Amino acid sequence: MDSVPVNGVLRSRLIETTIMALEYDGGVVIGADSRTTTGAYIANRVTDKLTPIHDRIFCCRSGSAADTQAIADVVTYQLGFHSIELDEPPLVETAANLFRASCYRYREELTAGILVAGWDRRKGGQVYCVPIGGMLVRQPVSVGGSGSSYIYGFMDSNYKPNMTKDQCLELTAAAVSLAMERDGSSGGVVRLASISKDGVERRVILGNQLPKYSTH
Amino acid sequence: MALSNVLHAPAAGFNFDHAARNAELEGLFDAQIPKPVKTGTTIAGVVFKDGVVLGADTRATSSEIVADKMCSKIHYIAPNIYCCGAGTAADTEKTTELLSSNLTIFSLNSGRNPRVVMAVNILQEMLYRYHGQIGASLILGGVDCTGNHLYTVGPYGSVNTMPYLAMGSGDLAALGILEDGYKPDLELDKAKELVRAAIHAGVMNDLASGNNIDICVLTREGVDHIRPYQVSQYKDKRKTKYKYGAGTTAVLTEKVVPVKLEVVEETVQRMDTA
Repeated sequence: MDSVPVNGVLRSRLIETTIMALEYDGGVVIGADSRTTTGAYIANRVTDKLTPIHDRIFCCRSGSAADTQAIADVVTYQLGFHSIELDEPPLVETAANLFRASCYRYREELTAGILVAGWDRRKGGQVYCVPIGGMLVRQPVSVGGSGSSYIYGFMDSNYKPNMTKDQCLELTAAAVSLAMERDGSSGGVVRLASISKDGVERRVILGNQLPKYSTH
Repeated sequence: MALSNVLHAPAAGFNFDHAARNAELEGLFDAQIPKPVKTGTTIAGVVFKDGVVLGADTRATSSEIVADKMCSKIHYIAPNIYCCGAGTAADTEKTTELLSSNLTIFSLNSGRNPRVVMAVNILQEMLYRYHGQIGASLILGGVDCTGNHLYTVGPYGSVNTMPYLAMGSGDLAALGILEDGYKPDLELDKAKELVRAAIHAGVMNDLASGNNIDICVLTREGVDHIRPYQVSQYKDKRKTKYKYGAGTTAVLTEKVVPVKLEVVEETVQRMDTA
């Protein structure tokens, strides 16, 4: 991707990942793998790609590690400021729009594919997709990153509306595991989080506890 | 917002001030653009029970020549925060110096001891702003009121936090040792030995790392910067003395010419010391 050789080889760190987010009645479930690569080297095998933006809003980061960390920091600041001014918890749509504003304005310089997911009082659980280029669209289910290509079919056939939180968590874990199996740029552990009106619950599924699919 | 530059705020966006100058310089030098000194390094850090241990080798290379055999790669940031630097030697040196002076000003202004996470955020902001043009891969370690911390900041501005880290050209060798030997809550001796072994692996298996090994131990009680912790076993003995005593060069003639100076103008300016 943007491997700019300066004074030799200085590769940027990428999160060429598998990330996903789904809505259920009452909240959202988000999941990601944990691999960050610099070329062929895994710079961090336990990355946390699920970044809190506000109390009930998270984002899933893919693309350039530096770019997405910087954008997330900027949006966290802007959203925090906005929320204090309003004296109210912010809307997920607001957070998604802030991401879109940065990603679209600087689209030539940035490599960032972000899923914004959270819960607010007005519309409940919502997932917004802000891919590279700065589009913004709300989707009930969204997958992202290099590993997502391998699980579109799985998601299309297995996602049903009105699933329970536990069904969503199982589906997310299964999907991310399948993607990690096939995508070289995804791996490590599966990080899950569920966000609802009652708060955020985070979970980690270690490598040896992942659902197994290969029989060969 | 963090006081990253106390005296004036940095301009927004990327800074390409030197791009035109660099292009012109390239023309002047023809084929031989001077190569920057890289630290081609092995640096590592480990969080242990009572604090953080940082380690580094001491070789600085300029292509295939060893430019400095006893280079110091563990830089002082604050009394409780030290930083190992890999990448371009000048970049790591100046970036850490800048960070250190900004944190000192912050400490004096606010009366607080700086926290490791603040140092990391300032570094991240700065390196991201320069979009990878500053070739500094840093491992920051320190102990503050919130605990023992170890972070790595990449040249593009990405931050990772882990209980053990290695960076530089010898990082793969060092990481092998760390992955095998690391356990949570190590004792001080085990932690020092682990870091020493990790840097030693880098020294042995990476051509650009070598010479001695420095160690820096940070705990609540204070800092122990051991330089060198392990001396290279491949030291040379000088064959002769290279000092020339007085009288080595014969003086044939001596001529003294006094220089006449005239006072042309004298002004007196009073200093207001009230």
